[in-house]
Amino acid sequence: MLHFILRRMLQMIPTMLAVVLIVFVIFSVVPGSFISGLMSEGRNATNIQAMQHLNAQFGLDQPVPVRLWNYVTGLLQGDLGISYRTREPVWNVIEPRLWPSIKLALMAMGLAAVVGIPLGFMAALRPGSIFDSATMVVAVSGLSLPEFWFGLLLMYVFALQLGWLPSFGYQPGSLQHIILPAIALGVSPMALLARTTRAGVLDVMNADFVRTGRAKGLSEPRLVKAHVARNVLVLILTTMGLQIGAMMGQAIVIEKLFSWPGIGSLLVDSVATRDIPVVQGAVLVIVVWFLVINMLVDIAYAVIDPRIKVG
Amino acid sequence: MSDHLPDPILSVRDLRICAARQHQILHGVSFDILPGETYGLVGESGSGKSVTGLAVLGLLKRPLAVNGGALYFKDRELLKLSARERRRLRGDRMAMVFQEPMTALNPLATIGRQIAEMFVIHRGMGWTQARAKAVEALENVRVPAPEERARAYPHQLSGGMRQRVMIAMALACRPDLLIADEPTTALDVTVQAGVLELIADLCRAEGTAVLLVSHDLGVIANMCQRVGVMDRGRLVEEQDTRALFENPLHPYTRGLLAARPRLGSRIAGQRGRLTELDQVVTASDRGRDAPTLVTPRGPREEVTA
Repeated sequence: MLHFILRRMLQMIPTMLAVVLIVFVIFSVVPGSFISGLMSEGRNATNIQAMQHLNAQFGLDQPVPVRLWNYVTGLLQGDLGISYRTREPVWNVIEPRLWPSIKLALMAMGLAAVVGIPLGFMAALRPGSIFDSATMVVAVSGLSLPEFWFGLLLMYVFALQLGWLPSFGYQPGSLQHIILPAIALGVSPMALLARTTRAGVLDVMNADFVRTGRAKGLSEPRLVKAHVARNVLVLILTTMGLQIGAMMGQAIVIEKLFSWPGIGSLLVDSVATRDIPVVQGAVLVIVVWFLVINMLVDIAYAVIDPRIKVG
Repeated sequence: MSDHLPDPILSVRDLRICAARQHQILHGVSFDILPGETYGLVGESGSGKSVTGLAVLGLLKRPLAVNGGALYFKDRELLKLSARERRRLRGDRMAMVFQEPMTALNPLATIGRQIAEMFVIHRGMGWTQARAKAVEALENVRVPAPEERARAYPHQLSGGMRQRVMIAMALACRPDLLIADEPTTALDVTVQAGVLELIADLCRAEGTAVLLVSHDLGVIANMCQRVGVMDRGRLVEEQDTRALFENPLHPYTRGLLAARPRLGSRIAGQRGRLTELDQVVTASDRGRDAPTLVTPRGPREEVTA
C-alpha cells in the first residue's frame, strides 16, 4: 500500500510540471504585467527608468526560458517565488487561504453526499413513483442552476429577508458563515450524486446476485443493506472523487460572491493585478488538491473492492 | 393420480403467467413433484421452463406475473400466502440454483459470509457460529480447503467452484425442494458431471426433491425420474424418463429428441443433412401440435380469460 501511494505521488510530478509550464507560458504571452499596471495608475507619463528598475528587481528583464528555468528549479526546492504585490513569499500568501478553502469544499461535498445519496437511493427503490419523478426534477434543476445566481438567492432569502445567517465573510470556527456558501457550492454535486446514485442502485438491483439474495429469503431492506449498498458505493465513488477534486476550482465564483478568503478569491484577485507568482501558486494548489483526492479515491476503491489489487 | 403414491411436495395446478397483462407466457401448466423425486422440465429457450421455476419461488420480475392457477407446497397455497410468509419459505424450505455462477454471487462479500447469511436469517444464529456452519457447508459440497475458501471472494474461484458454493448456499437449510435452473449450462463440460453428481448425491441423502430445468436432454436422462416437456408455454408431455426416451408420444418431443447431436454420427459417414421438415411451418399457422425446430421466443397471444 505504501509503495502504491509513493508511486502515485511520483506520478503527480509530470502533471504538475505540465500545469506549471502551461500557466507560465500563458501569462508570459498575455498583454499587461504587474508593473505596467502599477505604472499606469493615476499617471499619464510612464516613468521608464522606474519601470526598468522594477523589472530588474523582479527578474522580468530576463528572457522567458530563463525565468521558467529559475521558477522550476525554485519550485523543486519548495520555493514558490515572491508575490509582486505583497513582496512576501507566495507560500505565506497561500497558506492562510488553504484551510478555509478545504473547509468549504468538504462542507459542500458533505452536504451533497448526505442529501444526494439517500435521495438517489429512495428514488431508485421506487422507480416511476411520484417521489422518484420529483427527486429527479429537483436534481436536474439543481444541475442547471447557475451557482452564483443560486448563491445570490440564498443571500437574499436567508440573510436579507429572514436575517438568519450572515450574508458574507469568514470567521474561523464559525458554522453560521459557512452554511450559505456551502449550500450554494453543494447544490450541483448534490444533484449529480442523486442522479448517479439512482442509476447505480437501479443497475445493481438488476444484478444476478440480488436475485440470489431474494432467493435466499432476504428481506428487501436487508438485501439493500448487505448487498446493494457497497456495490453502489463502488459505482458512485468516482463521481464523488471528481466532484471533491473539482470543488476548489468551482469555488472561485462562490468564494468571490461570499467574500470567502479561500484559494479561489485569492486567484481572482491575483489575476486582476497580474500577480503571476501567486496565480501560479494558487493554480498549483488546486491541481495538487485534485490529484491527492483522486489518489485517495483509488485507495478507497482498493479497500472496498477486493477485485482491485493495489501495489 | 392414485392413492398409494405419497402426497406431492409441490403441486403446480393450471399455472398461468402473463407479461404486462397482455401476452400469455404460460397457458395453464400442471405437474406434481413427489418428495425426494427429481423432476425434469425440458424445452427449448422461451418455452417457459425457467419462468415456471421462478414463479414457484415467487421471484417473477415485472412485467411477468402469475394470472391464474395455484401452487401447493406441502399443502400450503403459495399464492395465498403473504409476501412475508413466502419470503420465509424461500431459502429455508425451497431454494434455487441459477444458471450463471459468475454473476450470481455478490463480488464484494466473502464466500463464507454469503453462505453464513443463510443461517443468520433462517436459523437466527450469530455470525461466528454461522461462519463455522458455512465452512461445514463448503465441506459438504466437496470444496477443497473449505476454511480458506470461506475467506475468499467469488472472483478468486473458478466457475465450477462457484456453482458448488451456490449449491452449498441453496442446501444450507436442508430445503424440501431445490429448483435448479440450468445449473450446468454455463460450466465446462468436464465440470458439469461433477456438479450434477453432487446435486444428485446431496439431494438423495437429504431426501430433497429437485425441479431440474434444462434444455440438455442428456442431463435430464441422467438425473430425473420423470420429465415434463414444455413447448410454447404448455406442458405437452409428461412421462417417466425411460419411457420418454424410448417412446416419445408428442410430435414436439420427437422433434426435440431428433435434434440431439449424436456422438459418432459423423464418424459413421452419415454427415447427412439436418432433419428435413416436409413443409415450412410459420409462426402463425403452426398449430399446437406441430413439430417445431424453430420457434419465436414466447408466443404472442392475447389473454382470453
